[in-house]
Amino acid sequence: MADQIVQMTVNGRLEQYRIPQHMTLLRFLREMLALTGTKNGCEAGECGACTVLLNGEPVNSCLVLAVECDGATVETVEGLTERGALAALQQTFMEENAIQCGFCTPGMLISAYALLQRSPHPSDQEIKEALVGNLCRCTGYERIVKAVRQAAQA
Amino acid sequence: MINPFPVLPEFEYIRPKTAEEAIQFLQSHPEQARPFLGGTDCLVALRNRRISPNFLVDLKYLDGFQDVIFHPHDGLTIAAAVSMNEMIASEPVKMTYPLIAAAAREVGGYQLRSRATLIGNICNASPCGDTIAPCLVYGGMLAALGPDGKRCIALKDFFLGPGKTILQPNEIVCSIRFPLPPAGSRGKYLSIGRNALGDLAIAAVTILAFPDASQPSGYCFRIALTAVAPTVIFAEEAQRLLSQTPLNEKTLEQAALLAGQCCSPIDDIRASAHYRREMVRVLTGRALQQVWNALQKDVQQEGGNG
Ligand SMILES: Cc1cc2nc3c(=O)[nH]c(=O)nc-3n(C[C@@H](O)[C@@H](O)[C@H](O)COP(=O)(O)OP(=O)(O)OC[C@H]3O[C@@H](n4cnc5c(N)ncnc54)[C@H](O)[C@@H]3O)c2cc1C
Ligand code: FES
Ligand code: FES
Repeated sequence: MADQIVQMTVNGRLEQYRIPQHMTLLRFLREMLALTGTKNGCEAGECGACTVLLNGEPVNSCLVLAVECDGATVETVEGLTERGALAALQQTFMEENAIQCGFCTPGMLISAYALLQRSPHPSDQEIKEALVGNLCRCTGYERIVKAVRQAAQA
Repeated sequence: MINPFPVLPEFEYIRPKTAEEAIQFLQSHPEQARPFLGGTDCLVALRNRRISPNFLVDLKYLDGFQDVIFHPHDGLTIAAAVSMNEMIASEPVKMTYPLIAAAAREVGGYQLRSRATLIGNICNASPCGDTIAPCLVYGGMLAALGPDGKRCIALKDFFLGPGKTILQPNEIVCSIRFPLPPAGSRGKYLSIGRNALGDLAIAAVTILAFPDASQPSGYCFRIALTAVAPTVIFAEEAQRLLSQTPLNEKTLEQAALLAGQCCSPIDDIRASAHYRREMVRVLTGRALQQVWNALQKDVQQEGGNG
């Protein structure tokens, strides 16, 4: 099995890792770093539960190889929570009951956070478009859209 | 029992420093090495064991592969590793080639488009590839590099069938170039899927039309159809009718009918062949009407100004 030495900044900490070349970023985060906030829903790019920030942009971590992240910055729901970046969204998600089972929530928060970074006052249409790649089997989406709208106004 | 979460099969990840090095590697590992950009097709295919390369050759970091270059006289070049999101946000794409941006916005979700590329969508050669039809109507030309050097391939000659292109296994596509759209061009991209956004198209229609004094009708129409034949196709008979016959409601309707007839769709989980054919007729009719309205408005405005 071919391993590679990779330098990566995960949630603000730069470290060196030895990673199998065929390992996805999702598996690396969950199985090697025990960052299980990032969920594995489909491992095929369909559900968005695995969304993380790669160099500040949201990506499906199940469709990224960990070795591609040599020299890159990765942020997960844990890191963003730690530095308070998600506080407003987490508050409105709770207030609006935009969470039921919670499986989709980390991915939703990260997609919504990235949207508010690039467009601080999005229309409902923009919110829906930004969340197209995040599936939720529980809430019916209305409350999630509302929570993002409220966070934008907060 | 089927394992719902199979790990990726083992392979080696290669990051060449130059395009020539990439070609050399592909050349010396026939049938084992595969070029790789955003991986949104590659990694899914690997996971599903549809492909089993020993090496993935990452082209994203090659010099010049991240550029979008626009010359007001020559047109636009989009390099291979430009992500769909970067492309959609780029001014020349939005302003001068809006059909490419419109189609790209329908590809998956935002986080998929952080990685997915236009060139990957083209090289994957799916008949449902959303961005292929706009690239066809704008007259896209691919710049390919192989052991014998560079060659230019007109996109309309690129596709052989689902997943099949004329590209050799030891060649890579470096970029796609578009001439400036003809003066007075108007266009429309209309698609239908199971959801409003983010699902593969059931059918899509892309139209670009422009005044052309050499045609009996005074106009030239390019109509490309997505997801209704083994490759994205031009609706040639409809195009001919629209350039040969005086344009009115009836001609547009007839052209839409011809577009529906020229495709050869399949039944699949997204829709039946019959439904697809009907939707091609309906979408072509709607798109033609909108494009025709825009073209007429231009004429009226010119008349008013002159
Ligand atoms: C959940 C999901 C939803 C999707 N939805 C849509 C959709 O709605 N519409 C749509 O059109 N597509 C959709 N796609 C597919 C779309 O993401 C891809 O077609 C994408 O555009 C491919 O680009 P990539 O950079 O990821 O390519 P990769 O996966 O890296 O490569 C694609 C193919 O091209 C080959 N290749 C890559 N680069 C080169 C090169 N430079 N030269 C030669 N060969 C090369 C690779 O070997 C591979 O066979 C979806 C995919 C997923 C996973
Ligand atoms: S686990 Fe990555 S998109 Fe579903
Ligand atoms: S809350 Fe259960 S999937 Fe969204």
